Amino acid sequence: MDKTENNRAWLLVIPVLLVVAFSAIIPLMTVVNFSVQDIFGPGERVWVGTEWFEEVLADTRLHDALWRQFLFSGLVLLIEIPLGVMIALAMPREGWSVSLVLVVLALPLLIPWNVIGTIWIIFTRPDIGLMGNTINRLGLGFDHTASPLDAWVTLMLMEVWHWTPLVALLAYAGLKAIPDAYFQAAQIDGASRWAVFRYIQLPKMRGVLTIAILLRFMDSFLIYAEPFVLTGGGPGNATTFLSIYLVKIAVGQFDLGPAAAFSIIYFLIVLLFSWIFYQVLQNVGRGRA
Amino acid sequence: MSLEWMAWTWPTAVFFTGIALMLLAMTGLELVWPTVERRGFLPIRTTRGDRLFVGLLGSAYIHLGWLAVVDAPLWGASIVALLWMAVVLRWG
Repeated sequence: MDKTENNRAWLLVIPVLLVVAFSAIIPLMTVVNFSVQDIFGPGERVWVGTEWFEEVLADTRLHDALWRQFLFSGLVLLIEIPLGVMIALAMPREGWSVSLVLVVLALPLLIPWNVIGTIWIIFTRPDIGLMGNTINRLGLGFDHTASPLDAWVTLMLMEVWHWTPLVALLAYAGLKAIPDAYFQAAQIDGASRWAVFRYIQLPKMRGVLTIAILLRFMDSFLIYAEPFVLTGGGPGNATTFLSIYLVKIAVGQFDLGPAAAFSIIYFLIVLLFSWIFYQVLQNVGRGRA
Repeated sequence: MSLEWMAWTWPTAVFFTGIALMLLAMTGLELVWPTVERRGFLPIRTTRGDRLFVGLLGSAYIHLGWLAVVDAPLWGASIVALLWMAVVLRWG
């Protein structure tokens, strides 16, 4: 049967194009324009070519922040994805407890990001915080404002607590979508629990896990509010991630040119890694990668 | 409407016009000669648009790498990037 082509459908795309133009393309163009100029104020600017890019690329503080960011995002993915899948596998499939578990899991996702930081500041305070005080009473000496390791542990705990539910909910949706016939066939064949997970559940979750990994990578790579509230980038520069350093340059020092050059490099890194993850996850399990 | 807030310069305007023309040309090509997925030296099956994206992203990294490592005028990077684009579009 011949397909009917109706190009008028393209008209329906125009509103999205307009929204994307104003929310992404025009700001991106402006950042590119800023990155090649020294901006003194409205109408006062001087062309500097690639000077800001050279300055930013040679900045050792940016290199440190970049490695810190990769470490943070790597840990986030390594912990949150398997943990989220495990929680989804352990969640009830039917009955009244499903709604209860879903609501409890969704709670951390409903809290504003800066409030999350505040909650964890109080929770981990060595003097009055439930976690900080308890650990100190055990004689372990915990203070996220003084020790870089403690600051990282607190940040990771906060991040895992905040965002693992998202991975779990996505994985749960993927699991619920698998028809019972697959499990019945596996049972008839005498498949082990591991074989069911490896050859039925995991491949069927590929789509939702692709979204989960992409979202968690991009979100963790762009993280700002929670570490800014919790540690302010410290102690020292121990938790100064790319976005915190970028805001210091753009808002703290009002160096718009270097901040714009920094933003473009930041954008290109996120774009490259998101594309690689997307391609790998689309091709894994299809005999293409 | 004043566009002063966008701080336009001639080189950046030419750059974005080039990108826009490239996208228009790709749209025209697609209408006349629809792309077919194929496998070249890149480890994935790609359409013409995929190869353009890889070419442009690679070109951006070539320019950044040149600025970071090579102490020579930037047009050297532009020549390498053009070669990279041609290779990816033809054999990628």
